[in-house]
Amino acid sequence: MATLSRADVEHVAHLARLGLTEEELARLEGQLNHILDQYTILTMLDTEHIPPTAQTIELANILRDDVVTPSLTTDEALSNAPERSGDHFVVPAILGGGEGGA
Amino acid sequence: MTAAPAAAGKSAALERYEAVIGIEIHCQLKTVSKMFCGCSTEIDGAAPNSHCCPVCLGLPGVLPTINRTAVEWVLATGFAIEATVAPTTRWDRKNYFYPDLPKGYQISQYQLPLAANGRLTFDTSEGPFTVRVRRAHLEEDTGRLIHDELGGRRVSLIDFNRSGMPLMEIVTEPDIRTAEQARRYAEELRLLMRTIGASDAEMENGQMRVEANVSIRPRGQESFGTRVEVKNMNSMRAVERAIAYEIERQAVAVDAGETIHMETRGWDEARQSTYHMRPKEEENDYRYFPEPDLPPLLTSPEWLAGIKARLPELPSVRRVRYREAFGLSAYDADVLVNDAAAAALFEGALAAGAGVPAKLLANWVTGEYMRLAKGGEGSGGGAAGRVDAAELAALVKLVAGGAISGTNAKEVFGEHFASGAGVASIVKARGFRQISDAGALGAAIDQVLAANPAAVADYRAGKAAAVGFLVGQVMKATRGQANAGMVQTALRERLDKAE
Repeated sequence: MATLSRADVEHVAHLARLGLTEEELARLEGQLNHILDQYTILTMLDTEHIPPTAQTIELANILRDDVVTPSLTTDEALSNAPERSGDHFVVPAILGGGEGGA
Repeated sequence: MTAAPAAAGKSAALERYEAVIGIEIHCQLKTVSKMFCGCSTEIDGAAPNSHCCPVCLGLPGVLPTINRTAVEWVLATGFAIEATVAPTTRWDRKNYFYPDLPKGYQISQYQLPLAANGRLTFDTSEGPFTVRVRRAHLEEDTGRLIHDELGGRRVSLIDFNRSGMPLMEIVTEPDIRTAEQARRYAEELRLLMRTIGASDAEMENGQMRVEANVSIRPRGQESFGTRVEVKNMNSMRAVERAIAYEIERQAVAVDAGETIHMETRGWDEARQSTYHMRPKEEENDYRYFPEPDLPPLLTSPEWLAGIKARLPELPSVRRVRYREAFGLSAYDADVLVNDAAAAALFEGALAAGAGVPAKLLANWVTGEYMRLAKGGEGSGGGAAGRVDAAELAALVKLVAGGAISGTNAKEVFGEHFASGAGVASIVKARGFRQISDAGALGAAIDQVLAANPAAVADYRAGKAAAVGFLVGQVMKATRGQANAGMVQTALRERLDKAE
């Protein structure tokens, strides 16, 4: 049995910037532990001689030359915006989070 | 919250603690297109969201492709800081949710950076200092947010023009102990970026962003204290001041029994202090995992050899060459190395004029040329004067040979700087020559001594400085053409003899 605590769930919810109710937290705690249980089964496989990989196709060094190609127009870029103001996307203010410039 | 460091407690607290500082620098790399898409990087002054495409807007279903030039700039940097370049690197997703990051993750490099284990050596007021560089890796920049109010709601306005611009992150080991070392490291890295051409590294417009991790520990203690990240330092001076402030703040806080919290603090230039921005997320909170959309990158020996061969002479090598081959002072060598135009003029004049005395030439370049180039007095308000290296070489040779006085030579140089006219023609047109004839000088000196009895009396009363005034008068009487050294000697002889 995976043992993700309520505090772990709350922490993950915070990182995802999700505000969850008590009821949702309880439900997700069960669901997340269930998912982790499936991974516990996977970890029982012997993978000692299999190198870790993030790729399923054998490609390497796919590079492009440093050449400019056309961008979208500003109107196109903003066409899926939930809200726009002038040429900007508008989102609810989120202060004090994130990296703000990498 | 911690009170501002009290001036009284400051030095006493600092004596008990040692600062441990690591620096992270982000540089925007000089490419014409973005890191993973073909959008132009010419975003300065562009209308918001005019340099975007589905890739840098993070729309579903798009695939990034790696900009070869950006990779090559990081590899070149790796060689320049004597780092180990990885034979295989790959990409990772750094996950965090903030509206400046449209995908919800930043493509970066975590486990296998392009370059690792380098070092950078530079001079400080306490002598040469070497900082180990842990890693240099490639990533993409974020969009830009403006916090605003719209119809009474607090909102963020997003401009994704900067999203996906290529960024190199360079991280040091926590080797730095003083605010000055931190500033000097950043300055030397900036010079290196400009020398190899990887980045213009202008701090004012965010092409180079310096962040410092600062902690303190009681002197003699091995383990590190809790580190605080300091950012928003927009000049080299700000880097030094912000770190000095932060060291002091922590020392005073720890002395007062307070606990230092892991947090990000910003530098407030107006208040000259740091302020709490937010608690710092732990590294594993970024949930790094390999980027499945990008294949690994293999750096072949041939590719690397080509990049290495294209590296220009590095600042550290050039400083040594200027000192050893030309006998320049460490100061003059450093001034030249830090100014690409001045160094090019110096080298150009050496190449153009066989037998130009290098030290005298360096004085002219670091003195008159740089004064005029910076828009100093007589430059016509910073007019874009161009100096021909061969003309400067010719002028310096005239000065060295005693054919023209230093005063007149400055006038000739100023005219050349302003108009571009040739040195020989200016000298001829102005009738400049140097009077080194003892007889002709003697007559001028006699006249000046007769006309300035007060200065003569001052000199004889023990005011040695009066001789400077008298030299000036002789120079004026000869329209600057007298050999100043000879005038000085002759004046002293007369004044001392008649005593």
